[in-house]
Amino acid sequence: MESLMNWLQAQLADNSIFTLQTLSYYGDGLVTTVQLVFLSLIIGLVLAVPLAIGRGSKHAWIRLPIFFYCYVFRGTPLLVQLYLIYYGVVFVEGIQDTWLWVILEKPFVPALIAFTLNTGAYTTEIFRGAIKSTPKGEIEAARAYGMSRALMLRRIVLPSAFRRALPAYGNEVIFMLHASAIASVVTIMDLTGAARFVYARFYAPFDAFLFVAAIYLCLTFTIIYFFRHLEKRLLAHLKPASG
Amino acid sequence: MIDLHGYGPRLAEGALVTVELAVLSLILAIVLGLATASAKMSRNWLLHRLGTLYTTLIRGVPDLVLMMLLFFGGQIGVNMFTDWLYTQFDIDIFININEFVAGVVTIGLIFGAYMGETFRGAFLAVDNGQIEAGRAYGMSHWLVFRRIRFPQMMRHALPGLSNNWMVLLKTTALVSVIGLSDMVRVAAEASKATREPFTFMIIVAIVYLLIASVSEWGFARLQKRYDIGYGEAD
Repeated sequence: MESLMNWLQAQLADNSIFTLQTLSYYGDGLVTTVQLVFLSLIIGLVLAVPLAIGRGSKHAWIRLPIFFYCYVFRGTPLLVQLYLIYYGVVFVEGIQDTWLWVILEKPFVPALIAFTLNTGAYTTEIFRGAIKSTPKGEIEAARAYGMSRALMLRRIVLPSAFRRALPAYGNEVIFMLHASAIASVVTIMDLTGAARFVYARFYAPFDAFLFVAAIYLCLTFTIIYFFRHLEKRLLAHLKPASG
Repeated sequence: MIDLHGYGPRLAEGALVTVELAVLSLILAIVLGLATASAKMSRNWLLHRLGTLYTTLIRGVPDLVLMMLLFFGGQIGVNMFTDWLYTQFDIDIFININEFVAGVVTIGLIFGAYMGETFRGAFLAVDNGQIEAGRAYGMSHWLVFRRIRFPQMMRHALPGLSNNWMVLLKTTALVSVIGLSDMVRVAAEASKATREPFTFMIIVAIVYLLIASVSEWGFARLQKRYDIGYGEAD
């Protein structure tokens, strides 16, 4: 490890901007970005499955609130949602006296809430479309076997809907990664935050932002590669038989 | 009604900036998208590569990073160019990149890449026989494009186009970060000054929803127009 550090130091010797110090900013930023994106995607996904099922409910009092939630969060910019939650959380009556304030005080949690609600709305729509396009024959077959609604959802509808939703969900993951750059606006030191810091410190926009753009590009390609791999495995039965 | 603490007029001006920005960058994006789609379909190896490189790079990097790169880096780049002009040719000019131009150029550049994909798919959906028929009538390439390809292509491109427009509209909120006084920035300032974030942010959200709903209606009408002659087929 020590020899690696020495080697890095030697490599960076005549470089005034990308010292070990600034590289560690980028490193911390990478960790923050990945945490933020990963957590919001996971929670959003958990949120989206019941919402997508409820969105197709027969009862208007279930269907309409979910429709309204999706409409509002997909129709307004993420930045506005982030501002609303980040500035708004302070004004919730009496929140500063509770234990919640300890975690809400830092910008990370408000940002996580905003991102989660945003991706939740998009993912709900994606799943909704996938569930809706379930072939009629599959449902009829399940009914003919005497499956209950819950069993049919669990065994037939959801597994095939998830697979059909995969390509669109991959796009949503990439979209979320890119949207997470907004976190830097509320003083979170994510990747973009690190780049803004380095830019302000050295007044070197090209070095600071091109470097971070390259990191984002690598992350994007990794996600694309991962989803392509998943699709190949999970959607193999939908491919044409020859080739 | 709602007490805006005198921020009402500035908020309205901000909304106007948002709309102007969105429309101008949409026009730039459509022009760039058509060019990219043509480049990607061209038989020229270099043009094809360039088009692919452009769409891949732009779609792999966050909008905010690109915007900052262009806004903060653009001025330095332009200054270097004008300095070079001065030392080489004794031409003394000063070009100032303002936030509005930087915003339009970045958003146009980003969505040009997305539009390129939309238009490419739409161009490929136009039956080749149509184009051959046009050529057989002795129409020039440009006339074939204007009279045959473009009107038929739009029918396939409109759903994607309207999707891109909705995303573009929301992306304009980012210019508030580089200092342009659009509606989001005014609302953020007002929230901090009056300590009433809910009032201002919810108004902004409603305006966005309104613009989105109006344009949805507009796109539905356009779709109807370009669907003429295809009936209810699809």
